[in-house]
Amino acid sequence: MTTQVEYWRWTESRYTNPEVDWRKASTITAGIDVGSVSSKAAVMADNEILAYGLMRTGSNSPDSALNAINRAIEGTGLTMKDIKFIVGTGYGRINIPFAGKAITEIACHARGANYIWGPVVRTILDMGGQDCKAIHCDEKGKVTAFLMNDKCAAGTGRGMEVFADLLQVPITQVGEMSLQVDKEPPPVSSTCVVFAKSEGIGLLRQGWSKNMVLAAYCSAMAHRVVTLLERIGMEKEFVLTGGISKNIGVVSRLEKELGIQAVPLPKDQKFDPQLAGAIGGALFARDLLAKSRKAF
Amino acid sequence: MITAGIDVGSKTVKVVILQDGKILARSLVLTGFEQGKAAEEAFALALKQAGLSAKDIQKVVATGAGRTSVSFATESVSDVAADARGAVFINPNARTVIDVGAEEGRGISTDTRGKVIDFAVNERCAAGAGTFTEAMSRAIEVKLEDMGELSLKSTQEIPLNAQCAVFAESEVVSLVHAKTSKEDIARAIHDGISNRIAAMARRVGVQNDIVLIGGVARNKGFVASLKRQLEADIKIPDEPEYVGALGAAVIAAS
Amino acid sequence: MLSRLGRFFVLSTSYIANYGYADGSGEYYVSIDSEKCNACGECIPACPMHIFQVEEDDYGDMAAVVKESHRKSLKYVCAPCKPTSGVRNLPCQKACKPGAIVHSW
Repeated sequence: MTTQVEYWRWTESRYTNPEVDWRKASTITAGIDVGSVSSKAAVMADNEILAYGLMRTGSNSPDSALNAINRAIEGTGLTMKDIKFIVGTGYGRINIPFAGKAITEIACHARGANYIWGPVVRTILDMGGQDCKAIHCDEKGKVTAFLMNDKCAAGTGRGMEVFADLLQVPITQVGEMSLQVDKEPPPVSSTCVVFAKSEGIGLLRQGWSKNMVLAAYCSAMAHRVVTLLERIGMEKEFVLTGGISKNIGVVSRLEKELGIQAVPLPKDQKFDPQLAGAIGGALFARDLLAKSRKAF
Repeated sequence: MITAGIDVGSKTVKVVILQDGKILARSLVLTGFEQGKAAEEAFALALKQAGLSAKDIQKVVATGAGRTSVSFATESVSDVAADARGAVFINPNARTVIDVGAEEGRGISTDTRGKVIDFAVNERCAAGAGTFTEAMSRAIEVKLEDMGELSLKSTQEIPLNAQCAVFAESEVVSLVHAKTSKEDIARAIHDGISNRIAAMARRVGVQNDIVLIGGVARNKGFVASLKRQLEADIKIPDEPEYVGALGAAVIAAS
Repeated sequence: MLSRLGRFFVLSTSYIANYGYADGSGEYYVSIDSEKCNACGECIPACPMHIFQVEEDDYGDMAAVVKESHRKSLKYVCAPCKPTSGVRNLPCQKACKPGAIVHSW
């Protein structure tokens, strides 16, 4: 094992739906979600996902958006000209020159989650690298309440990275390790990541194992997002997206505290839930295109 | 009458021994992980300096975040009460007391006798306390004690968008990569924290004299930023970090 | 407002937008109910810190929002209007006739 551990590790990917022939489609649209960590593009042929690309966000939004869409259409035979309308979303949405409209990630996320999980979804909790979003939506995927916390690192992937770094544990193992404790410790009491880190150092000095400290932090994080969910009104049909949704230590404690389980991904679902925002964008693009055609 | 005030802060413990309005001795030790022990150590140090033993002290009043861990204290008072009393003891004209410590920031409005009229506290968030500057100084690889001087050499004002200390850390690192001068970054850091401290002070109403206390008052860069924000003169006692402990000793004597 | 009249003909979504954040020191949110908001813009001059603006939302309706630049510092920006500062009737709430604005403190 090397000493340099990559704490935030994920692979860039792409996907083409073999069951869709875009040449037969009447409308091709796309959604591009430029986030702070990753950029996603989803291409839609009529009502089906045709392809998607998932890339690391580079130093500027226009290039990141272009990289993502190019990666998505790679090998499909599609060119940018074939895509009739593009909606930009995410943190870098206003800097995508080839997008016809920018729509907030809140609205796109709700719409995309509705597509991925179906109309049953009411509450979406998106815990990303640098923000945390709680969204409440109706059966059509329209937002009925939201909050987005990007001011404070507590409750975000960044906070978890600080702890992974402190304990020299790869971020992907944090969840599993936090569950390997004999007794659930009380949660870390500081919300602020800076203070929580000092608290963690203190716990280690008291002789706590790494697993115990991780358990205490995962449970603090779970508790924190529960309070965010309470603000927007929680309904039991909830789903989790974003990087932290892959951390079983946080997810299982969250489910325990809420007393309900997250809605599982449908069996035939082939898409990474991280694509929710981009898919929502592509769906908005389709509606906007239909509206503009009607206007003529 | 001889009294002692002990201020158990998150980073350091301060002790002041007072005899009839005169400071006999003061001491400061790092808090570390055992507050009670650090308090005993600091007390012993101050006693030694004053050439006294514990039984010479008629009353010991503890204050600060860790005040309950001082087993030998006669009683304890809140930080704001101690701050206001100490500030007015040093400067009878003090009406607004701003205390910026390692983990907390406080804005206090006080009357002529050092009684608290109103106060606002920033706690449990590193963005509004000294820890913010400390974390940023690490990120730009500058010694904390050099941050003040460095920021005074800044030639231009640049914004620091992140409020959270964790996010601000990434932001200053990217500023360093973008070849922004460390002088300008240091100023932006001080502008960021002083902006939040000033907003908190305004909440209690800012009136002259404004007295700035707490360890962060020693940071000239922060003081310059805060003066710009408040558009007012700020008075800083010679030993700003001892004011809370002094206030506790004054309260013990009354 | 035309866009509001539009609600009678087009089924539009109404939502509660919580602008702000929660950090270690507490919750700092200004919530705007898009159903009650008539986009009159009275809140804009009423707020001493100029935190509001009226803009088109994602669903094509006009509504008041808290400016992006202020969303991460509401604790400090809104501090002068906190009840503890002696302000009882918040200027934004007083100016908002339909009662669409709610604060978390």
